[in-house]
Amino acid sequence: MINGMHSSRVILMTNGVRLQDQEWGIEHAPNIDINTAEKITVIKGANALEFGGDAIGGVIVVEPNRIIVKDSLYGKSILTGQTNGRGFSMHSSISKSTKEGYYVNAKTTFKKYGDFESPNYILTNTGLNSEAFSVQTGLKKFESGFNLYYTYVKNEIGILKSSHIGNIEDLINAINSDASLIVNDFSYAINSPKQEVMHQLVKGDFYKRFKKLGKLTVQYDFQNNKRFEFDIRVGDDRNKPAIDLNLNSHSLSTNFEFNSKSNQTYKVGLVGAYQNNFANPNTGVRRLIPDYSKYDFGLFTIGNFILDDNTRLDLGVRYDFNYINAKKFYYKSRWDERSYDVEFNDLIIGDFNTQWLVNPEFTYHNISASVGVFHRLNSENSFNFNYALANRSPNPSELFSDGLHHSAARIELGDLRTPQETANRIATSYYFQNTNTNISVALFFNHIRNFIYIEPTGTEQTIRGAFPVWDYKSTTANLFGVDVNWKQKITNRINFNNKTSFIKGRDVGNGRNLIDIPAANTQNTVGYTNKKWHHFNANLESNFVFKQNLFPNNNFEVFIPTTNSNVLLDLSSTPSSYHLLNFNTDATFKVSQKTNVTIGLTVTNILNTNYRSYLNRLRYFADDLGRNYVLQLKFKY
Amino acid sequence: MKLIKNIVILVYIVSIFAACSNNDDPVIINEEELITTVRATLIPEGGGTEVVLESVDLDGDGPNEPTIEVLGTFNPNTTYAGTLQILNEAENPAEDITLEILEEDEEHQFFFSFTNDIATATYDDADSNGNPVGVQFNLLTGAADSSGGFTIILRHEPDKAAADVNTGDITNADGSTDVQVTFNIVIE
Repeated sequence: MINGMHSSRVILMTNGVRLQDQEWGIEHAPNIDINTAEKITVIKGANALEFGGDAIGGVIVVEPNRIIVKDSLYGKSILTGQTNGRGFSMHSSISKSTKEGYYVNAKTTFKKYGDFESPNYILTNTGLNSEAFSVQTGLKKFESGFNLYYTYVKNEIGILKSSHIGNIEDLINAINSDASLIVNDFSYAINSPKQEVMHQLVKGDFYKRFKKLGKLTVQYDFQNNKRFEFDIRVGDDRNKPAIDLNLNSHSLSTNFEFNSKSNQTYKVGLVGAYQNNFANPNTGVRRLIPDYSKYDFGLFTIGNFILDDNTRLDLGVRYDFNYINAKKFYYKSRWDERSYDVEFNDLIIGDFNTQWLVNPEFTYHNISASVGVFHRLNSENSFNFNYALANRSPNPSELFSDGLHHSAARIELGDLRTPQETANRIATSYYFQNTNTNISVALFFNHIRNFIYIEPTGTEQTIRGAFPVWDYKSTTANLFGVDVNWKQKITNRINFNNKTSFIKGRDVGNGRNLIDIPAANTQNTVGYTNKKWHHFNANLESNFVFKQNLFPNNNFEVFIPTTNSNVLLDLSSTPSSYHLLNFNTDATFKVSQKTNVTIGLTVTNILNTNYRSYLNRLRYFADDLGRNYVLQLKFKY
Repeated sequence: MKLIKNIVILVYIVSIFAACSNNDDPVIINEEELITTVRATLIPEGGGTEVVLESVDLDGDGPNEPTIEVLGTFNPNTTYAGTLQILNEAENPAEDITLEILEEDEEHQFFFSFTNDIATATYDDADSNGNPVGVQFNLLTGAADSSGGFTIILRHEPDKAAADVNTGDITNADGSTDVQVTFNIVIE
């Protein structure tokens, strides 16, 4: 989450590849093996345009460790065990490189967790099994080189059993109950509802430097994402997934960096991409996301200039063309209810009794741009300023969602009329730095036209009773936020850190607060380090999350026939404020010349506080995680 | 030159993608577990006219509301033998989901409730553990000249061992709701 933005508004780059998975919902975690990351950075300025024009929130860049050009062989293993979920994870990596510049490395991770626990009860069916493997090889020389990379990630994720809801009456019971409605004994078993996601990625890139000119890079990548969602089903369909999607993405890109002058660099680039989604009809459940093909073409240029010793300027502009061609069945009743019969009847290509087969084709042209300046006032004070224009085409779920999302127990309705989002963002940061103090204060204001969001709008009656309807809508939104990060050295060994962030979101179109804006929070950490004691570190962290008081009221009354009464369905009220106390400590011991071991102990939620987080979809059903002890052993050899 | 060459290669590859894109139409999915129809047939003890209650929603999760029909009126203070039929009429021929429910009867239970005390219901069948299912039930009507709501709920994976669930009290049943329909009935 960056400045209140997530999912489709954030681009995730892993090892130079834009991750193409089904990142549409907030509950869909990214399919990467976080252990392969050596460095995670967030880019918001002009340089983000290299990766896409639609990163309204920003770009998260996950980079693997740097290759050292010398003869070497080294490895790393991390063993982790934790009490909450009674789980463990194992990660191992090994790297070999030569002084000629050839290298090869391989990494693997296994994780197994059982049911996690809130302070008072077990969160039944929340286990996780994960396996990941990656291998990379290449040649790294100054004039030219190449990289080949393959990675495989498979996650099997249990979905909290009590979040599986039959209809609106079950939902009201769940919301009004303080505890989770289904609590079984601890188990490692992962039953339905659950998700199984497999992600594979192949990448090849090549670069060559030209004297007095610059560096050319060409890259191709292919990604395959398979997503299965298993629902609680009866009879022969018990083990059949309710969602079965296969997403293939190809991308070919090239860029040239003109870097022959020391005070200015330019980069120009092109990217072409093709994506195909296939929804397997054997599920026996109507497709939530239809079959589609998508073509993207992008063109960008970025310039970085060093104006003088204290001032840097970056500029960038990008054009993107997106074309999507989908084939989708609509109930005729839905088609009319959405008034698509007025505008879109020419898209109909087939008549199937109660359903239409339609062929929506949409084309989007997006321009994005950014300008930023960084200026150092003196050795202690500096600031930057950035303006960015970003456009984002609606994603398939915002356009095409139609029907009951079983695992969420709600009818989700996209809109074929959804326009692209346009964000105008200004941001400024001030930095102060001396030997003992390091302060940054960042402010941003983001005006988003056609901001796309989903909210509950009412109920629809089916034979299973009523279900809440969540509609994708668009409005004009303003977001404003402040982030403060203050690091203070108190003595040589004791330090203090405060991180505070606050975001306010306004739905200007409807004159109310914006939905799903994270609550303000402040985090205070006191740390102790002593290098003489085997690099001993200890940190005590207090994290206070305020109640989000600014939210739109989407509550409505629902008629409950069994009790013959109207009951308020409260989907809007936000959870109370909460305070979490965490502690971690580690020390490193040298075992031999080349081998050292780091032992770490972390305790999260020390006070075993009951809490629920506003942006967690499961907050309606159960408390969040209770106390957790994590023991980690890290070997470097 | 190299850049131009690469652009040519790029355009070429993109055009290959365009050429091999899949233009086949997707196959229509007829939902297998879709329940479109709930039908309760009630036959009065000792003879008389039967009453049929029916709720039909052919567009499933679509926006159209179920069509609810009550054919016939109830006699006062009379026991009716009730039988439930759960169908998927979006398929041709219609699929009888009642059979699937009976196959997994330990995991299913119907619950009956009434407003205005117009009637009471008791179970007339049992699963292999001796717990009620509710496909067969008896309905005893109340006094004449009254009307009210009769709600039928099917719970999937209820806790049949919980307190009062085997007598038809839904309060502690948990599980998830597969069917919930309310009929407005009249006792003459």
